[in-house]
Amino acid sequence: MDELFQRLPFILEGSLITISVSLVSAAVAIVLGLITATAKLSRSRLAKGIAGVYTTVIRGVPDLVLMLLIFFGGQLLVNYIALEWFGYEDYIDVNAFIAGTLTIGFIFGAYMGETFRGAILAVPVGLLEAGYAYGMSRQQVFFRILVPQMMRHALPGIGNNWLVLMKTTALVAVIGLNEMVFRAGQAGGSTREPFVYYLVVALLFLLFTTVSIWGLRWAEKRYSVGVRTA
Amino acid sequence: MDFTPVIDNFDLYLEGLWTTVRLVFFALVLGFVLAVPFAIMRTSKNPAVNGPVWAFTYFFRGTPLLVQMFLVYYGLGQMQFMIELSQQPAFEFLQDAYWYALFAFTLNTAAYTTEIFRGAILGTPYGEVEAARACGMSKVQIYRRVILPSAFRRALPAYSNEVIFMLHGSAIASVITIVDLLGAARIVNSRYFTPYEAFISVGVLYFCITFALIGGFKLLENHWFAHLRPREETTAKRKTKVGQAA
Repeated sequence: MDELFQRLPFILEGSLITISVSLVSAAVAIVLGLITATAKLSRSRLAKGIAGVYTTVIRGVPDLVLMLLIFFGGQLLVNYIALEWFGYEDYIDVNAFIAGTLTIGFIFGAYMGETFRGAILAVPVGLLEAGYAYGMSRQQVFFRILVPQMMRHALPGIGNNWLVLMKTTALVAVIGLNEMVFRAGQAGGSTREPFVYYLVVALLFLLFTTVSIWGLRWAEKRYSVGVRTA
Repeated sequence: MDFTPVIDNFDLYLEGLWTTVRLVFFALVLGFVLAVPFAIMRTSKNPAVNGPVWAFTYFFRGTPLLVQMFLVYYGLGQMQFMIELSQQPAFEFLQDAYWYALFAFTLNTAAYTTEIFRGAILGTPYGEVEAARACGMSKVQIYRRVILPSAFRRALPAYSNEVIFMLHGSAIASVITIVDLLGAARIVNSRYFTPYEAFISVGVLYFCITFALIGGFKLLENHWFAHLRPREETTAKRKTKVGQAA
């Protein structure tokens, strides 16, 4: 028990890394998702095609495969580019944090894209037309009218994606980022009590999930202000 | 890119494929068997029946599969009594990581499937239950003849997602030394240092399995939901045929 309390700060520090990986990759995913959704709804065949291939490939391949591909492959690619194009001869180490967040953001961008696409379609066209009638530019209509209006429809989907995303961040332990799952492995190895430490990490994940669910409920209420329900 | 290392090790990939298929198949079957009674318990209004199942699904749906697998493999597997047990000849199989992965995957998919079935059971039109009761069926008969068959049908789209999720989730088995599909790719990558070839080829394989499964489920849905398909098209065709005959 004493050992557990001694190592608890070490695990909690790791949980901060877990949270930052989640937040950064969620930000990447939201940006990619907005781009994907607009591409899918655009008139350009090329944009539609690229977005379609992107979402299909992501749905067909396990996240760990993509993560290992980006981690090991990205390492090779970055060093190749540095050497061939810039003549940089030292070895560049691709950070597990960057590889992890990029992969997770890339994966969930596809799911977010589907969520946003549905939500954008749920916004009445008249609202956007009214915006154009006021002389707003396309960007202004997008950020001032479309995004706030579609948020209400997108929130349940974003919430689900966020909950899954947070659990997916555990995978970055596999490529060696010292977040809480990785640290639980270290602590469990040195104390020979892995069960205790993995249980602590599992409970921390449960805590994050529970808090997220509360936050999402609050946000859904806030964005539905003024919507009458039966 | 040079795919010769992948082609040279093709039997390794096949072995991995077989392990993945076995792992996913047995986890799904066992999870399904657990999920049916759990889902029925979960719809009970008695908190003593509903509560434990709620806690079970809350834990397994709220934590990552990777952590669950570590809990079982490193946590449970390295406890003294498990080590002693696995040294006995009858339980030697417990030294194999495969069984720990199977155990963790089974519990995980059981939790998700329970919630899917629970939703489907709650979605049963109450008139059907009343009608069954009016016919004098017992509670067991109502579940067996009325609620469960229609609930399974309604659960199919969500369940097909769970099957895909399990297939993709099973890739983490390679982390605990199991040579599944991804495990084979990792061996090839570490032997030849060919990340692109190793992981892209395995990604393509997963992709093909995923879309074969999705296609299979589409066929099943078409078959089971035949009565729900919109009929305008067929009636329109029939009309023109009648018109032609006239």
